Amino acid sequence: MNGHSLSPARLLRFALLSFGVLIFAAPYIFMISTAGKSQSEIFSSSLSLIPQTWSYGANIAKAFTRVSMPALLLNGAIVCALILFFQVLVAIPCAYATAKLKFRAARAMMALVMLGLLVPIHATALPLYVAFDRLSVLNSYFALVAPFSISVFAIFLFLQFFRALPDDLIHAARLDGMSEASIVARVIVPNAWPAVTAFSIFSVVAHWNDLFWPLIVVTNQTYATPPLGLLYFRAAEAGDDYGALMAATLIITLPLVLAFLLAQKRFIEGITMTGLKG
Amino acid sequence: MAEAAVSFPLTTAREGQRRAAAREARIAWLLAAPALVLITLFIILPVVAVVVLGFTDFELGYDEFRFVGFENYAELLSDRGFRISLWNTMVYAASVTPFSILIGLGVALLIEGETRGRAFFRTVYFLPVASLLVAMATVWQYMLHPSIGPVNMVLAFFGIAGPNWLGSSDTVIPSLALIGIWQSAGFNMVLFLAGLTAIPRELYAAAEVDGARSGLDRFRLVTWPMLGPTTLFVVVISVINSVKVFETVKTLTEGGPNKASEVLLFTIYQEGFVYLRVGYASAMTVIFLAILVVLMFLQYRVLDRQVHYS
Repeated sequence: MNGHSLSPARLLRFALLSFGVLIFAAPYIFMISTAGKSQSEIFSSSLSLIPQTWSYGANIAKAFTRVSMPALLLNGAIVCALILFFQVLVAIPCAYATAKLKFRAARAMMALVMLGLLVPIHATALPLYVAFDRLSVLNSYFALVAPFSISVFAIFLFLQFFRALPDDLIHAARLDGMSEASIVARVIVPNAWPAVTAFSIFSVVAHWNDLFWPLIVVTNQTYATPPLGLLYFRAAEAGDDYGALMAATLIITLPLVLAFLLAQKRFIEGITMTGLKG
Repeated sequence: MAEAAVSFPLTTAREGQRRAAAREARIAWLLAAPALVLITLFIILPVVAVVVLGFTDFELGYDEFRFVGFENYAELLSDRGFRISLWNTMVYAASVTPFSILIGLGVALLIEGETRGRAFFRTVYFLPVASLLVAMATVWQYMLHPSIGPVNMVLAFFGIAGPNWLGSSDTVIPSLALIGIWQSAGFNMVLFLAGLTAIPRELYAAAEVDGARSGLDRFRLVTWPMLGPTTLFVVVISVINSVKVFETVKTLTEGGPNKASEVLLFTIYQEGFVYLRVGYASAMTVIFLAILVVLMFLQYRVLDRQVHYS
């Protein structure tokens, strides 16, 4: 509790934390370092972190020519945006109705949400795949987005948030002659902004990183998301050209990591608040 | 007459109330309808379907299928590959959970006690959680490369011959677990940090008055018991997440070498989406779902306890 003097205990603490930082940051350091090394340097088994011949340009160019990086990133952005849009659009009215309106299915809705929380995409993937195959909608944005258009977790989160909003707020809006739809849009949503932000971050991180479902429904590069694109890239490289591979991982990791570094507090809040879902 | 005059507005008022209630219920249904339809379509029906399919010999590409009762489950019992896969998943979960929790707790305690650089440390340890796992797994593959990987080079510097981490059946699960620990420790750290902030300062002062002088005493008497609910919660979340391991296996090992890193989700993926044996894979999925249900049930119990504590 003597936080300002340099006691031995504090030095030890600092040493431990710094040692951990080195280990946790090592993959990032090696990723950036190796992305700038030429093939011969990588195989020369030297531990030097700074590339002797600056090969960033060559490696990044290779990454861009083998797989269409802009298309991958764009696909990732489109899929995440569509998923988030539908999740919020569907979950907010439902959560509002369940939390603030009297109707008979409110309790059943709660039970449904709790049950839904148990079921990950891995459990529903087989029948959904068969159905999408029958409908010939595999390899499309629809196939990538549709199963996630409903997030029971979003309903669960918003429900708890809406319950805490005072009823008077809604009564006042009704007396002003607002319709229920505009109450949701103009009273509830602005007040629920923290919950919406937290959920957005959680949702985008989850779906940007998801490999399982895209791997199942997408078989060509046109609709590949970043993780899937990286798999294609690895296959094309036979996993040997580490310089180009690290350049590709760098490009694909960067958007989310930058977003995280810019809005860390929100990210950590969002992922932990919502991470409780697991 | 007077009675009627009084009751007349009363009944209309009641009537009006009932109408308002009916209207409210109608609007509520309308607002909840899209969610209800989508939950039915994308959660309830598929889960029912997966249970039903588990009792059939359905294969994609063949139109005909028949009900085979518990045949798939009987086959699972004698399927050596599936047993290996279950065992590997258990070993993976049993390695990742304790280490990612211990590291998460340790780092949280260290950061909590430190006044400087707190935000920096938190950011670095949390970074893996916000990074693309498939990409970072690729970086780990390079780091663990038997001849050109930095890990073995550092080991060689100390005169140790490093193993072929991801390429040998003895070390592949520990290597994947290492990546899993690296990826999830920061998440646990943040949960523990939240738990630590919630402990009232006065408790430490009180413990000190009662003779808890050393840091270890304070940890044993105050921190650990107060963190109890958080810890239970983190344990369950960690187990659930490690049972769902898939990305690293698919990216790095494809279940190999020689099935040494087959895990539950990868086996389901392989059977169902590569060999297209949907019926058999559905039976596996039911087992996977059953494991999750048991774990989630534990989680709800834990959450219940957490409510009582606060």
